[in-house]
Amino acid sequence: MKTYYNPEDLKKFGDIGEFQQKLANKFFDYYGEVFKEGALTAREKSLIALAVSHTIQCPYCIDAYTTDSLEKGCDEEQMMEAVHVAAAIRGGASLVHGVQMMNKVKEISM
Amino acid sequence: MKSLAAQGQILAKGSEQIRLLETLPINGFKQLNFKDRLKEMGAFPLKPTGIDVFQVNLGKMCNQVCKHCHVDAGPDRKEIMGQDNMRLCLDAIKKSKAKVVDLTGGAPEMNPHFRWFVEQLSALGKQIIVRCNLTIIVSNPKYHDLPEFYKKHRCEIVSSLPYFTALKTDAQRGSGVFEKSIKALKMLNAVGYGIEETGLALNLMYNPAGAFLPADQEALKIQFQKRLKEQHGVVFNDLYTLTNLPISRFLDYLIRSGNYQAYMEKLINSFNPAAARNVMCRNTLSVSWDGFIYDCDFNQMLDIPVACDAIHIKDFDREKLSSREIVTNKHCFGCTAGAGSSCGGSTT
Repeated sequence: MKTYYNPEDLKKFGDIGEFQQKLANKFFDYYGEVFKEGALTAREKSLIALAVSHTIQCPYCIDAYTTDSLEKGCDEEQMMEAVHVAAAIRGGASLVHGVQMMNKVKEISM
Repeated sequence: MKSLAAQGQILAKGSEQIRLLETLPINGFKQLNFKDRLKEMGAFPLKPTGIDVFQVNLGKMCNQVCKHCHVDAGPDRKEIMGQDNMRLCLDAIKKSKAKVVDLTGGAPEMNPHFRWFVEQLSALGKQIIVRCNLTIIVSNPKYHDLPEFYKKHRCEIVSSLPYFTALKTDAQRGSGVFEKSIKALKMLNAVGYGIEETGLALNLMYNPAGAFLPADQEALKIQFQKRLKEQHGVVFNDLYTLTNLPISRFLDYLIRSGNYQAYMEKLINSFNPAAARNVMCRNTLSVSWDGFIYDCDFNQMLDIPVACDAIHIKDFDREKLSSREIVTNKHCFGCTAGAGSSCGGSTT
């Protein structure tokens, strides 16, 4: 069965250089630098990546950063809390627009 | 839960495990074997650097039945080392000139001659490591004095604890194991284990509770120290990370859960030449409950004896064993993935 997403395609991520090597190299160099231990630990960065993966709803990223979070020593509770952070921001982003709705209602109502 | 052997599973046999490791497809790596990687880095054949660690498996009997156990140990396993083979081991240890004797199992303490053997090793002045599963200490009143016994002989304790929470620990090692482990750790702390100034080493062994690689050893140690101290008042010295090798119950888990291919791919893709140079089989010998000699505990469980004519402890020959070629197979990718893995933790 053909699907838009194939888990095997994740392993081919590096192949994007086939059509544009220079930009791919720049991207992967940057990517590698971003995830190095820095002011944030590699573990903290992995949990951020996991949360962002859920926000952008990228199945490749969710698979990759679920494994990566486990391999950075996180447990299920910590990972689910990271997903809740993503959900809270997404939910909050909708709800805060409620103020705009309220402003408009008040503007055009007697 | 019963052992694979008690269930009559084919994977209880080392030869069957090797057959599967050699024939199960691993996507693009089907034909690749460990020797190829060693050849690429000019390290084939793999040779010993010496015999620094003499590891003795005192038997497959254990009070726990961990889901990942490469020994397939459990209460239903009755294979334990007798005093005759222990005596032969003592002779071999003298000849080997190994400084460290590493006692493992199963639960080595369940062997009725365990204490006698430790006393003999102590008299020889050897550094003794006991791979204690912790729960054995609280499992029966006859084991409650083990911390004092270990202390008397200055044994180094290495204990498995896959996580600092009950959820993950119990998922791998059985219901209630975390709580009992914490109780045992407190008993060890009470006699001075894990406390820097006593010199009584209490080290934890982490291995992943699933089909993924271990975290960075140092980063994980900091997390464990913080959580165990804050939440349970438990202290320890070091934490070692160990990669699960595709052997016995973990191999069974990988196949049954559909994770085999992806896990093997990960191990192969993560091959680290530096870790390959530091594999523990280069300075360790492993002896089984029935006295046979292996390159490591993993080869022992796969029934792959050393490649020389001194395969039994009664024929121990330091020269022959020191010049042998170490036997490798696909499972060895577990010890060379990422930061490397050994009974003493990461190797790079």
